[in-house]
This record gives sequence, structure tokens and C-alpha cells, in this order.
Amino acid sequence: MSLHDAAVAAARFGLGARSNELRMIAGDPRGWVTRQFGAGVGGAEILADVPSGADRLRETVGALQALRDDPDARQQVRRMARQMLTDDIGRRVSQAIVTETPVLERLVQFWSNHFTVSALRPQVVGVVLPYELEAIRPHVLGRFRTLLGAAIRHPAMLLYLDNAQSVGPNSVFGRRRERGLNENLARELLELHTLGVDGGYGQDDVGALARILTGWSIARPAEANPGTFRFRPFVHEPGDKTLLGQRIAEAGEAEGEAALDLLARHPSTARHLAGKLARHFADDDPPVALVDRLAAAYRENDGDLSAMYAVLVDAPEVWDRPLTKVRTPNDLVLAAGRALDVRDPEPVAGSLYLMGQVPFTAPSPAGWPDRAGDWIGPEAMLQRADWAMAVGRRVGRGLRPTDLLERTVGPMADPQARFLVDGAPSPADGIALVLMSPAFQRR
Amino acid sequence: MLKTTRRQLLRAGSLATLMAGLPGRVAFAQAATDRCFVLIVLRGGMDGLSTVVPHGDPDYRQVRGTLALTAPGAGGAMADLDGYFGLHPALADLVPWYRSGMLLPIQAVATPYRERSHFDAQDLLETGLGQVGASDDGWLNRALSLMGGQRRLGLALGQTTPLVLRGSAPIATWSPEVLPTADDAFLELVSALYADDPLLAGAFGQGLEARAMTEMAVGDLDSDGRGSAQAQQRALVEAAGRLLRSPDGPRVAVLETGGWDTHAGQGAEDGRLARALNGLNQTLTVLRDSLGSVWSTTVVLAVTEFGRTVAVNGTGGSDHGTGGVALLAGPGVSGGRVAGDWPGLAPSALHEGRDLRPTTDLRAVLKAVLTDHLGLPRGDVDRYVFPGSAHLGPSRGLFG
Repeated sequence: MSLHDAAVAAARFGLGARSNELRMIAGDPRGWVTRQFGAGVGGAEILADVPSGADRLRETVGALQALRDDPDARQQVRRMARQMLTDDIGRRVSQAIVTETPVLERLVQFWSNHFTVSALRPQVVGVVLPYELEAIRPHVLGRFRTLLGAAIRHPAMLLYLDNAQSVGPNSVFGRRRERGLNENLARELLELHTLGVDGGYGQDDVGALARILTGWSIARPAEANPGTFRFRPFVHEPGDKTLLGQRIAEAGEAEGEAALDLLARHPSTARHLAGKLARHFADDDPPVALVDRLAAAYRENDGDLSAMYAVLVDAPEVWDRPLTKVRTPNDLVLAAGRALDVRDPEPVAGSLYLMGQVPFTAPSPAGWPDRAGDWIGPEAMLQRADWAMAVGRRVGRGLRPTDLLERTVGPMADPQARFLVDGAPSPADGIALVLMSPAFQRR
Repeated sequence: MLKTTRRQLLRAGSLATLMAGLPGRVAFAQAATDRCFVLIVLRGGMDGLSTVVPHGDPDYRQVRGTLALTAPGAGGAMADLDGYFGLHPALADLVPWYRSGMLLPIQAVATPYRERSHFDAQDLLETGLGQVGASDDGWLNRALSLMGGQRRLGLALGQTTPLVLRGSAPIATWSPEVLPTADDAFLELVSALYADDPLLAGAFGQGLEARAMTEMAVGDLDSDGRGSAQAQQRALVEAAGRLLRSPDGPRVAVLETGGWDTHAGQGAEDGRLARALNGLNQTLTVLRDSLGSVWSTTVVLAVTEFGRTVAVNGTGGSDHGTGGVALLAGPGVSGGRVAGDWPGLAPSALHEGRDLRPTTDLRAVLKAVLTDHLGLPRGDVDRYVFPGSAHLGPSRGLFG
């Protein structure tokens, strides 16, 4: 029975404790984490009625193309697409608040951020949640190669990083029209998704990968299965390519799969992913020994992500040191939502808007940053205080602040926080102080 | 009734925070604090070739393909600057600036970075160092610490502080407040909550001080930040102008804009790039108007992490490149010309056969701003702001 380890499990691996969850976890904190890996990422009820990405693309991008000459109708489609995004953000937030397998939810959010598709690009506004449900969610417990393939092949990614429009200059289509390569996806695939910026690739590899991926595109409304992945041989660059010194023989669509095989097997990918996981679960400055063990687990288990998670669950670096990670606005607001059992997602999403981390709107393909320095600044801290006070006022009297402190951070609360929460001038102040306490601000 | 204001609370409480902000190892220069400097960071890689357009280069039309702009003269076309370069029509309001010598574009500029990652390139742009990840503080913050650490001479606009302004010198911040602000008594309790937490205490204390100063200076500014992105940017720029104008306010501000990563649909006179440039045009003109009389002593510099490929890519856009353009503006600049050595667009002249070859190290331009405009000593700038760059002198003749 360890309340301390329960608090670590709930904060580091989960999304913050719901009421009475700490006591439940305390019997077997590590088991609580591992059992969720065994449970599989089931279809959550809240997410069950989300239309497919293909349907969403038809309703948004497809409709906009069809209505080319009708500005009013186009305006209406754009409004509808924004409403889809608002609804999807609400679903994502609600799911994170009510879930009983928060560890899986954290993994989904982690990998969704790793393979960012941001709704800041208007074309993908309607498909960011379907993308997460189709490409990320089913694969977070399996092999990285499977997740990689699902993410890169998904129409949302092909649109977001421009690959759907990329044309091999020597392809049938490329020779006929003045169209050619777009290396956006190829570069981010190497830099962000697999090898990492120092992973040992050069401009030649970016170009080669861009040529390899030509033809990976999306079926148009008039074609079969519109809005799904479609390989277009006529825009695919012919000939053999050389990627990272390896020859990729001409094979059309299969070249891209061969390239993903090569990248997923590469030791730089193991290192890059290990570093990101260690930073997310242990410390902003990832402990080198932990990164080594994670990378080894990846290499020795054919890129099985569950083997890496097992290393994290066994790692003293994760359990035995003070909680040093500062919660991002997303982590902070979801933890508060869970602690206070908020049922209406709107104020939660509103809080995320105010603190600058609306789900699905990361500023760049690199996703949201994962270090304290990126989130803790003078203005950001004041906004957290304004937010905490507003939450405290809304919650009001029904809850005793000292109970909330015990139920959420429990043994991690420092004496000063206990003293101030206990003596808070009003319940609203007390609740706000719990949310602002050093332990609640961290994970 | 005696009410403790936030400001009084801060005077009593945050001396330690301020002291911790002093660099210690350098003597304070006599800073020229009657002058202002605004840095605009154009995130995503602005296409310099479509901004300050080399229409007189014999290879221009050929290499740029569909990205090439119509030659000057036609209706809606770019304005000619000097017979060789022209200004994108979305920057039309800056043409009079150029004609009156207030605008000095500098072509073929780059940081020492020669790879093509946005994130690493912005890191170097903001740390001012030769290596990625070498520092957690920005060159502008280091420069501010030379100008006297006690007064908050630096100002960050928006919700987060950009890396270029992070560091030991305390800075002021402003962003639109859309929540009711928590009351002073609660904020005092939170300060007490962080007695043993240096990270949170430091940021929170600085935030309180910054907000107190901002409230005094901005007062009645309409701070509703909701609305269009353009309206939000306008609110930020107006706040910058008002704060820089206030006698005890900051003197150096950083603004950021996005939308420059034009891989597809970049366009020529219209398109994604034109929209981003339109925003820059608004930012610069609103800034000048908001600064009022202080404009006469202000210098603005707009910089980006890298330029873009010379050739059009396969999707009507351009990919990450190397040499780009920087825009220096203000009544004190020696403008009305395009500075920088033009390397040309001939295939043999390009960097790695694809990018504009950089001929000016951006740090030389930054050094000129810090020494010639803000009056910092060259030696301190070499040693402390851009360490390891003593061989590189400030660009000459940028200021009149």
C-alpha cells in the first residue's frame, strides 16, 4: 500500500487522480499502470459516434471544391467545419476526464502529438479527431512501425504536410504538367517522426524520401472510396532511389513502405523515441541511463512500444525522484477536470483556449513542447492564477479544499500548501490554492 | 480603508528576484534608453525573393517560375525600388517609407545555420550562438542585461515569452486578458505558496511585477483578445506601441508572426505569402502609428529563420532554404536602398545548387542595431551577447 506511488502513477502515467482514485491505485500502483496496457485501447463510448475521416473530408474539403462558385455556401461549410472541430475538442476533453484507463489516454495524446496534424491548417480542421481515432489510437500499444505507417498514410497527414500534392518530376503527370516535388512531409518524417534532427540524414535523403513518397495521395470524390488513401502511379517518380545509403528499388507504392521499414529499424529512431518518452515520463532533461534502456528495449524487441513502456514502469528514474515535470496547460486543466469531476467540456476547452493550448491546434508539425521552460513564464503563471480563481469560484462550496488536496496530490503536498489551503479565506480561494500548489502544478 | 495594491506588495517582496536577475560578470553600460527597438520574428521562413524581389536579375523569371511576380509598372504589380529590386505589392504602405529613407531591406542574409530545420534554425536565430541547443537564453535578453538589469526594458507580447527574450534580465509582458484577473489577496497567497519553489516563485513574481507595470501604462486599452487573428495581432501591436511610448516603460519589444512556411499555394501577387505579407504590412504601419512621437527614435527589424528555395517546388510553393531578407526600418536608418551583396540567382551562384547564397551574417546586422542604435559597447556585445563572434564586426552604414 503506497499512496506516494499511487500519486506518482496517477500524475506521471495517468492524467491526474479522480476522486477516490488514489486509494484504489495505492494497493498496486505499478499493476494499475500495467493492467491498462493489457486492456487494449477500447472504443470509448464518447468517441464511438465520430464519423470517419473519409466522411469528414467529403463533408469539408470535398464540399468546398464542389461549391467553388458559391461563396455563401462555402462560408457555411467553413462554419460547419469549425463547429466539427469545437465538438471534437469537447469529445476529446470529456473522454480524458471520465476515462478509467487514463494511462492509455496519455499514450494516445503523446503519440498524437508526436505525429502532429494541426487544425491550424484549414483543410484538416474536420479530420484531426478522426485521424487520432484511426491512425494513432489503435496502435499505441503495438509496434512503432505499425503506428508510423498508419500515421503517414492517413489522408490527414498527407494533406497537412502537402504530400497529397507532391508530384515526381519525371512521372507521367510531372512531365506533362509543370508540377513537381514537395519535400515537406519527407523532411518532417525524418526530423520529427523517426530519426530526429541529428539522426544522420542529409538534404539528399530528404529529396530521396520525397521522391519515394510521390503518389501517396487521397482518393477524390469521383473515385472509389473517396477521402481514403490512394496511390497514384502516374505521379510517382520512376527509378530506384537511395535513402540513407540503402538502395530502394523501384516498386511504386511499396517504396514508401520499404522506406518506413528502414526508418523504423534505424538506431537513430530508437534513440529519438527513447529520448522523447524519457522526457515525457521522467524529466525535462532525460536521464541518459533511462534513454539507453528505452532505446535498447526498442532495438531488441523489433520496435515494440510495449517493451519501452515496460522499461518506464520499472524505472526508478520515474518513481523515485520528486515530480519535476511541470504540467502543460492541457495536463493541468484535464487534471483539474478529473479532480473536480467536471461534466461539461465547454469550460475546460475554454480554459485551454485562454492558456494557449487548444487540443489539435499545435503551432507546428513538431507538436506542443514538453519542457517547463516552454510553458512557465511570467504571463503564463498569472494566467494560471486567474484560471484557478475562476475555477474555484465556479466550484463554490460543495467541496472541502483540504479533501481535494488529499484526494489529488495527497502525500506529494508540501506543508506550506497544507497550511495555506487549510487556512484559506473562502472555499473558492482554497480550491484555487490546491490547483496552484506546487504539487498540483507538476506531474 | 487601506488597501494593499499589487504594486506595493511587489516592492516589498521581489527584491531577491530582481537581484537574481543581474548577470554579475559585466559592468552596466550607459544605455541609450531614449531609443526604442522592436524585433519582429517571422516564424516559418519568409521567402525573401518574393518580398524584396530581384526583378532585375537576369535569371529571376526563369528560376522562380510560377512564383515570379509581374514586372513593375503594371497595375497591382510590385513597386520598383532601385531598378533592380522591387517590393511585393502587399507591402505597398512601405514604399513611401523606402522613398523617404526609412526602409532598408538587407538581401542575402542568414544566421550561421546551414541545415533546414525550422526548429533548430529558430533556436540559432534567437540564442545568437553558433550551435543548436547551446543556451536557454536569448541574445536580446543578454543585451538587455547590459542595459541595466533593474528596469524592465524588454517587453514580450503574447502568451509565451520567445526564446530571444528569455534569460536573467527581467522583462515585461503583455497579452490580452480574457479572464477576470484574480484579486490581489489571492495572488499574495499564491506567492506564499511558492516559498520553497524557486521555479514557480520566480516566474510568478516576475508576472506580478510585469502586470502591475502594464496596468499602469496601458490602463484603458481594450484588452478583449477574442476575434480574428488580424484583430488579435493589431491589439498586440497597439499595446507594444503604447507601452514603448510610456516614459518609464520598456524600450525593446519582440513581436512574432507566422504563416511564412509556404510549401504550397505560395502564389505571386496573391496567395499564402501575400496574406502573410499583408499582415506584416499592417503590423509595421500600426506600430508606427501607435508609437506616436517615439517613432522618431525607434528602429524595427524583421527577421526570419531562413529563406526559401530559389526554384518553385512541385506544389506551387517553396521549400526550406538558406539566404533570406531582413527588413530594417525607422527614421534613423540609412534606407532608400537595398543593402547586402547580391550573390545572383545563376545556378552556379546558388548555395548547394538550390538556395540563395548568404553574403551577410545576420549577427552583423544585430550587432549594428545594438551598438550603433542602442549604444552598447562593441566589446561587450562581442563577448557577452554574441560570444565567439569577435571576428565579425557590426554591419557598417545601416544608420544615418
